Amino acid sequence: MRELKILAVVVFFTLLTYIGVEPFAHSQMHEHIEPVDYKYSDLKPLNKKGDPKKGAETFMNAGCVGCHGVKSQGMAAPMDPVSASASFGVMPPDLSNAGAIYDEKFLANLIKNPAHALMVEHKFNDKRPFPMTAFMGLGGDLDQEVADIVAYLKSIAPKKLDDKQVFIDACGRCHNVKYDKWTVIGEKPKLETDKQKAEFNLKLATYEENLKKYLGTTPPDLSIIIRAKSEEHLMNFMGEPQRVLHGTAMPRVGVTKENAEKIISYFEKVGDRKKDERESVTLKIILYFVIFTIFAYLWKASKWRDLH
Amino acid sequence: MAHFSKANSISEWLDQRLAIKTLWKVLAAEYWVPKNINFLWAMGVVLMTMFTILLVSGIFLLMYYKPDVNLAFDSVNYTIMQEVHFGWLWRHMHGVAASVVFLVIYIHMFTGIYYGSYKQGREMIWISGMLLFVTFSAEAFSGYMLPWGQMSYWAAQVITNLFGGIPVIGPDLVIWIRGNFYVADSTLTRFFMLHVLLLPLIIMAIIGLHFYSLRIPHVNNQEGEDIDFDYEAEKYKNGQKRESKVIPFWPVFISKDLFVVGVFMIFYFYLVGFHYEFAMDPINFEPANPMKTPPHIYPEWYFLWSYEVLRGFFFDVGPFSAMDIGLAAFGIANVIFFLLPWLDRSPVVAPAHKRGAFKYWFWILLIDMIILTVYGKLPPTGINAWIGFFASITFLILLLVVLPIITKKEAKSVGGAA
Repeated sequence: MRELKILAVVVFFTLLTYIGVEPFAHSQMHEHIEPVDYKYSDLKPLNKKGDPKKGAETFMNAGCVGCHGVKSQGMAAPMDPVSASASFGVMPPDLSNAGAIYDEKFLANLIKNPAHALMVEHKFNDKRPFPMTAFMGLGGDLDQEVADIVAYLKSIAPKKLDDKQVFIDACGRCHNVKYDKWTVIGEKPKLETDKQKAEFNLKLATYEENLKKYLGTTPPDLSIIIRAKSEEHLMNFMGEPQRVLHGTAMPRVGVTKENAEKIISYFEKVGDRKKDERESVTLKIILYFVIFTIFAYLWKASKWRDLH
Repeated sequence: MAHFSKANSISEWLDQRLAIKTLWKVLAAEYWVPKNINFLWAMGVVLMTMFTILLVSGIFLLMYYKPDVNLAFDSVNYTIMQEVHFGWLWRHMHGVAASVVFLVIYIHMFTGIYYGSYKQGREMIWISGMLLFVTFSAEAFSGYMLPWGQMSYWAAQVITNLFGGIPVIGPDLVIWIRGNFYVADSTLTRFFMLHVLLLPLIIMAIIGLHFYSLRIPHVNNQEGEDIDFDYEAEKYKNGQKRESKVIPFWPVFISKDLFVVGVFMIFYFYLVGFHYEFAMDPINFEPANPMKTPPHIYPEWYFLWSYEVLRGFFFDVGPFSAMDIGLAAFGIANVIFFLLPWLDRSPVVAPAHKRGAFKYWFWILLIDMIILTVYGKLPPTGINAWIGFFASITFLILLLVVLPIITKKEAKSVGGAA
């Protein structure tokens, strides 16, 4: 009985310290953030119904392919990543999957006013214009034309995308994931000779330098970001970077909630790939010690029986 | 030359040459421990278990770890955590054990304080134990640097910088410790050496001393009773096990310890697999970046109370700057417990609940240290700074002023010095 009382005291003060140092201290250190709902309610909704066929025409006439590739439709990117980064700071995204990845309201607003939809107006202005020019329309109803383009992008987008593909399209032109061989200029190929390695590294370094000039900072490698930041933090940060880290160079990504979850799931696969093994092995070890403890107790009882 | 007859078994052969039977008697089978104890007396064996886990897991990690600022982070987070079979297990075991070992050390220390096990001949046990606390702290600090994450770097930056506050030699000392003008590769490699060689050697030597220091004054018991160990041991050996006040280390004492170790291991492995963030801070999974200061820099939980004493003095007093006062208080806080056997002026060895004012002193000290620990992590702004200040002052007064006064009174009431 006395032992249990002592145990209760030890457990109480241990828990008190733990609660103070972990949950309580962290609640004081990080200000509470309203969770981002991925509804993009600050943006104007798309009131027109788009026509994908018209959208295809508008898309070509608007000159989007001057910068963007649409590989799935046989339109290659006009520039390779390194040259594109020299011109724009970053490789403009290929739009094959855009209709499946990004929220349609976000896409429409992006086409009309990129810096506003991306929430990077604090970094870009008239003196330093955002590299993507706003679409001013082809003379007809602007909102209808934008709706048509969005409808077109949705019509060509694949129905299913795997987690990594979503990451590559939405994040992979700024962020490396070196533990998964992903670089900002693409999947790292097998490099046989020293010359190939040097050439690849030069390309990567050039791109990264241009990217740094463009953003003012080098975006972090995301290999183990899932161990560094909580899922909640990552969801909020992707959904609305400024709400979490005011003044950050990171643009609002504009993905749908489902795709944001896919990106998180990719981070988990890459950054915490031993999770299943960790949980099953630890359970077995715990089971071992439960059995160990039962035997230890029986042994103790046999040794202490004739002492009192 | 001694005469050796033919041995009939391996143990006899060894006994002739190494006296293993006598050795076993001296170390275990006839090493006497009081019977009147509770599970807190098992913390020593729990600590030994944790130290063994740290040593073994450390050896495995050492096979893949690379002490180089360009390679360290990936060798830990990719090679060990993702490539090597069960590398993650060794790392989680090492990281979590490094943190919970301090929980057990604190329980062990407060047990010693509660039952008065630091005086009346037991001073060397206490001092060698305190030396272990200090060397474990150095071991923990140097180990935390090795993954070269954000907190590794910034903790190294802040803590090495503290030595700059030492008069005259401070600035040179900081450079000497870092091996460079700033925290750099040379800092990592020397702390690597300390972590895997010099400090473990010293720790093992002090563990030997700590065990040896128990031989003469013997282990204390739940009532602080003065036991005649030779007399009680004879009783036990004569079969009067019930009447004897002592038990042999092997197998009686250890049988209870192993049960406690078993329970503790269940708790420990739960932390290893499912609840490790408290020991493996998420921020250290971001690579070290000298250009990006984290918004909050704080040490691991077991250093927080002394860190708060350092921060607690946040305003200048006359000619003394806040930094200097804090540093002096921090210095005192780190050595004050060494002096405990002499700050306690009373000869009474008894559990705190039988020692009047000492009982209140004990619980106030414990709560004050928990407050220091919690506020050591909170941002030192507004009311937090003042709570930290008062808790720091309280800590120093409790040990330097209150303890000598109340124990002096106690000594008088029991009839002066022993």
